[in-house]
Amino acid sequence: MTAVNGGRLVEHRIGPADDIPPGEGRAYPVAGDLVAVFRLTSGQLRAVSAVCPHAGGPLADGLIDAEVVICPLHQHVFELATGCSRSGQPALRSYPVRQDPAGVVWVSAPAARASAPRVGGDGR
Amino acid sequence: MTQRRPRLVVVGNGMAGARTVEEIIDRVGPDRYDITMFGAEPYGNYNRILLSNVLSGAEAEDGIFLNSLPWYEENGITLRAGVEVTRIDRFARSVHAVDGTTTPYDKLVIATGSVPFVPPIDGAHHPRRGFHQGVFTFRTLDDTRAMIRYARDHQRAVVIGGGLLGLEAARGLQQYGVSVTLLHAAGHLMNAQLDATGGDILRRSVERLGIEVVTKARTERILGRDAVEGVRLADGRTFAADMVVIAAGIRPNTTLAQVSGLPVERGIVVDDHLRVLDEPDIYAVGECVQHRGQTYGLVAPLWDQAKVLAGQLTGTDPTAAYHGSRTATKLKVAGVDVAAMGVTAPERDDDEFVVFAEPRRGVYKSVVVRDDRLIGATLVGDVSKVGFLMQAFDRGSPLPEERVRLLFDLGGPPAEVSAAELDDDAQVCNCNGVSKGALVATVAGGVRTVSGVMDATRAGKGCGSCKSLVGQIVEWAAGGEVAEDPAANWYVPGVPMDKPTLMAEIRARGLRSVSAVFEALADGREDAKSKMGLVSLLRMMWGDEYVDERGARFINDRVHANIQRDGTFSVVPQMKGGCTTPAQLRRIADVAEKHQVPLVKLTGGQRIDLLGIRKEDLPQVWADLDMPSGYAYGKSFRTVKTCVGSDFCRFGLGDSTALGIAIEERFQGLEAPGKLKLAVTGCPRNCAEAYVKDLGVVAIEGGRWEIYVGGAAGAHVRKGDLLATVDTPAEVMTLTGRFLQYYRENANWLERTYAFVPRVGVDRLRELIVDDVDGLGAGLDERMAAAVAGYRDPWRERDTPATPGQFRTALPLVPLPAVPVRAESSRS
Repeated sequence: MTAVNGGRLVEHRIGPADDIPPGEGRAYPVAGDLVAVFRLTSGQLRAVSAVCPHAGGPLADGLIDAEVVICPLHQHVFELATGCSRSGQPALRSYPVRQDPAGVVWVSAPAARASAPRVGGDGR
Repeated sequence: MTQRRPRLVVVGNGMAGARTVEEIIDRVGPDRYDITMFGAEPYGNYNRILLSNVLSGAEAEDGIFLNSLPWYEENGITLRAGVEVTRIDRFARSVHAVDGTTTPYDKLVIATGSVPFVPPIDGAHHPRRGFHQGVFTFRTLDDTRAMIRYARDHQRAVVIGGGLLGLEAARGLQQYGVSVTLLHAAGHLMNAQLDATGGDILRRSVERLGIEVVTKARTERILGRDAVEGVRLADGRTFAADMVVIAAGIRPNTTLAQVSGLPVERGIVVDDHLRVLDEPDIYAVGECVQHRGQTYGLVAPLWDQAKVLAGQLTGTDPTAAYHGSRTATKLKVAGVDVAAMGVTAPERDDDEFVVFAEPRRGVYKSVVVRDDRLIGATLVGDVSKVGFLMQAFDRGSPLPEERVRLLFDLGGPPAEVSAAELDDDAQVCNCNGVSKGALVATVAGGVRTVSGVMDATRAGKGCGSCKSLVGQIVEWAAGGEVAEDPAANWYVPGVPMDKPTLMAEIRARGLRSVSAVFEALADGREDAKSKMGLVSLLRMMWGDEYVDERGARFINDRVHANIQRDGTFSVVPQMKGGCTTPAQLRRIADVAEKHQVPLVKLTGGQRIDLLGIRKEDLPQVWADLDMPSGYAYGKSFRTVKTCVGSDFCRFGLGDSTALGIAIEERFQGLEAPGKLKLAVTGCPRNCAEAYVKDLGVVAIEGGRWEIYVGGAAGAHVRKGDLLATVDTPAEVMTLTGRFLQYYRENANWLERTYAFVPRVGVDRLRELIVDDVDGLGAGLDERMAAAVAGYRDPWRERDTPATPGQFRTALPLVPLPAVPVRAESSRS
């Protein structure tokens, strides 16, 4: 349930904080994993792995509150802070995430794996 | 120097292992032991009894978990889920796991449970793959999931085993449209619990459900080389099948104990302290145990054992001893209530045997009495007397002189008396081991709702068959002051108000956004599960004045399309009344080709569905289509299905097509507590299926129109109730508008019309909507008109996205679409 096991943590630049509207999430490829970064209505950020372990649902599209995200496919519930499931699924990875004074979002993850992820278009 | 805490290792994270740990923590808190639990299955701890509900679809997987992963963390328990223990080194006092780790222990508890018993059947195993594909056992969550997946696209199942598990499997598989044959080796069903007559009556009930039952059927071989084709019995009969479930019973899972040199006969041999013979620090509990020559496959003995073991391990009750359980069981098997305890038939000449059988109703009851004590009872189909019988069986209490009173309540008020009659330590919930006394104490502690007591004690959270008795006891204990469960009436779970109160507060305080509602009415606590319902309500109440917060919407409403299993979306353009034109079809075809749409499909609502569209492509697809949204994704007004009506059909009595189009044009896209599917049909032949729609209009002889409401043809099938018969299409429009608005304002969130209409009653609806006895009509018409005027095609958001990255993909690592491409439909 911790973010990483072994390996050095590296901060990855995600992009401008304005890209993530309050109460919503967006997905970003980070170091070979796909990370869903959410902005709570309080303004705080949370980051967990973006793919629901149950059936591959897109968690960045899920409804959130201050504590949990609900997968849009089958309503499995995960804690945003820890990645733990409240509905009996395996846990998500959770990642440290911060916004710097310049308004840029950074996610800490282990250094990139050897194989680069396949990235689709981001539609903008 | 701080003292190291003793290490407790529990092998097995099933119901027995987890319950033992819970009992320990209940007694001395989580800090007495440094606890590590190994579970072969990669999950938290779930209620295995409820797997049959998961299989039948009666319960979601989430509902069966007893301890979620955070529970382990909160109690400082190291959970090694999905890690199998391969060997115990009882000299080094450590366990070796399959992942190569070694974990030392001071005290060890073995709770490895059972494994399915698979009789020797040729062809059951594939030489390389383990079980033949299409052959299943029924023990774990993974087994259940695999069966569900397989049943969805297979037609004929054979279930081997006519005991509890086999019957549950058979009933569950039926839910997937599989035709089921049940093969049972013994002469009657549930032969371990029922006598022959009881078994035969159960068989009739099971057969009435459409399950074919074959007894004295010893399966010899599974047929088919690559795929399962059927089974052959020892007597040569064969049964065709494309899937086989083996549910022939369970055996204690003793492999680990055996390879580790512990004493194993049928189960792991333990003494009255549940200590493994000659091992000072190793204990065993649950179905893997053999105690005084007896093994148990039911849940109640396991609770007794867990208590004794916790008393021993914590030292809180060193005299605790397990003396065996008299097994009494109460179950719902394939929808039939069954209870059994003790012997099934008289054994001595002077044993009394009282029997009642009513095969037509599927009821069978028998009791065996010896020396004025109840020593056995069997109930099938009617278990109303089970509480009393179990108590008499457990403690040998005196029996009524007229033995027939053991089987029936003769006169006198039944239910309340039976709640009062029960002793405090009589077990009410056999799944979770909750006594009447525990329920009464919870009520005395201030819990005044049935669901609150159930949450606090877990009574009724197993198979659920004791729920009504729990309800009676709570009512009795509260002296008639049972509070209705307040949350049951809340509009959404996160705001403690029913819909009228909530609407009044929202209006009085002028709350125009979801966050404002949480702020003012829920102590500022957001609740993700409540957002969608609140969005719907606020949009209905405020129209244009509603303050939109995109994050409060479900994804479908953020991007105006229906999310599919692979994260792609389906796009359904509006096609009013199911009518289209060559130009429209040509455009849809062009779009499908340009975007290589994997599947083009006609929907049940007479429209065309483009499936497998990537989120980032939605705006371009809409622009290329240049048609309005068909709203095939929201809790909203969706479609009006029509037949060809009087213009073309030689039977047509009214112009259903024109009326359907007019209705769709007026009410398109309106949000509602549930989705709304409508139809207009030109004559009572009902080609447009108007009788089973949320609102259906039927043209009848004489130029008149009937309006039906509350119909359904989904998982629930219901013919609508006739609301009114009117003379003109204009009246149809007015009453439709009033009904829809009344439903929008008064139905609970996600309450479809098929539940709402019977709840209010069609007569009452007619008074309010047609006769306008309370003078609501004008207001309903006015508010509906305002809502209609506020219509805006959401697909116009293609030009100016509502939020940054609104159509950004959420799954860029997966090549999409992941659903199969049907070449015929997209590339021709």
